Amino acid sequence: MRRSVSIAGLAAALVLGTLGFGTGQKSYVASAQEKTSTMEVKIDNFSFGPVELTVPVGTTVTWTNRDDIPHTVVSTDKVFKSKVLDTDEKFSYTFSKAGTYPYFCSIHPKMTGKVIVQ
Amino acid sequence: MSEKKKDELLHDHNNDGVNRRGFLKCMAWAGTGALCVMQGGVLKSYSLSRLSELNTAEAKGELSFVQISDSHMGFNKPANPDVAGTLKAAVDKINGLTAAPEFMLHTGDISHLSKPEEFDTVDQILKSAKPKDVFYVPGEHDVLNDDGKQFLERYGKGSKGAGWYSFDKKGVHFIGLVNVMNLKAGGLGTLGHEQLEWMEDDVKHLKHSTPIVVFAHIPLWSVYPEWGWGTDDSAQALAYLKKFGSVTVLNGHIHQTMQKVEGNVTFHTAASTAFPQPQPGKADSPGPMKVPAEQLRSVLGITDVNYVQGQHALAVVDSSLA
Repeated sequence: MRRSVSIAGLAAALVLGTLGFGTGQKSYVASAQEKTSTMEVKIDNFSFGPVELTVPVGTTVTWTNRDDIPHTVVSTDKVFKSKVLDTDEKFSYTFSKAGTYPYFCSIHPKMTGKVIVQ
Repeated sequence: MSEKKKDELLHDHNNDGVNRRGFLKCMAWAGTGALCVMQGGVLKSYSLSRLSELNTAEAKGELSFVQISDSHMGFNKPANPDVAGTLKAAVDKINGLTAAPEFMLHTGDISHLSKPEEFDTVDQILKSAKPKDVFYVPGEHDVLNDDGKQFLERYGKGSKGAGWYSFDKKGVHFIGLVNVMNLKAGGLGTLGHEQLEWMEDDVKHLKHSTPIVVFAHIPLWSVYPEWGWGTDDSAQALAYLKKFGSVTVLNGHIHQTMQKVEGNVTFHTAASTAFPQPQPGKADSPGPMKVPAEQLRSVLGITDVNYVQGQHALAVVDSSLA
């Protein structure tokens, strides 16, 4: 993972996010020093964005369905499971333990994503 | 070559391969309405405009039923703000068919969000259809939040497992399958071991000459796996049907008509009564496709199926709601 120690705070999330794209992978990294403890995942066009999200322990992740079709957010390892989310509905989960959490939409299982908690 | 000959397609089902030219021609017609008649293992296709040239027995058959699909009651987005209205239009179309269908198949996504009032509305609208019996299989939108409990309570009487069953009508064996439960991350539709075992047993004692109609929500052939348009273990189900001379597979889910012939099996997907979806890969996602309001009913529809006893013939006709 490429990191720049000279960058801190909110800017870190933005710049590291850009670096993530630079490596060809849609992934964001939230730095441990970051004040904010919530992160967003948007559901657009039958995909989770970002598809891979790295957050510190204690972060709350909120998924928002922006499609005209309902979706769900279901942990592959049955750690969390949303009710069905209609257009603009949200689901949040707070990650209190480190680990890798793969998830998918149980209605459209081709839609997959991952949260990495450090 | 006469005009009529040119519009008649012949597939030799003794060959394994599909007549590609014929298949593509049938596909092209599917969008506007096609009649595909299977007789003695040979498929003949006619465009709907040539229906008048068929004799009565061919056009009507001895068993007639209609397939509707993907009503999505409760959907209210721009692609169709009035899905109740278009379902009513589908019922009007069914009531206007010259050969009155004996029953209806609904291949799932009855509701949009599995809400009781959505199912109630569909039940109410379908009451005005002339055919009184409706056979259902669930779509993924019908089993949200409760693992299909409500669906089974409403429509699953006498069914097995998650709602699969079979029945016979005038010598034709119908098999309703469920492939929308327990979907795995990254996967497609799933039938599952228990259902496959049941199916193997269900067809074991049938004569090879028995015409088979299989209906399920998600296509049982690989339409476009990238969008989840296929069923992971459908090959196993189809293997049980290899011995039969005539197999017709009816699906919904992809909100457009599409047809494929492979050996003894004719695959067919029905249009939605609610909203169209894009052709495979022709958009960023398979989400609802907005068409100009005046064109909407031309991309929605019903599917009318006729069986001619003794001729191994199943004729599948798509009609738009326009």
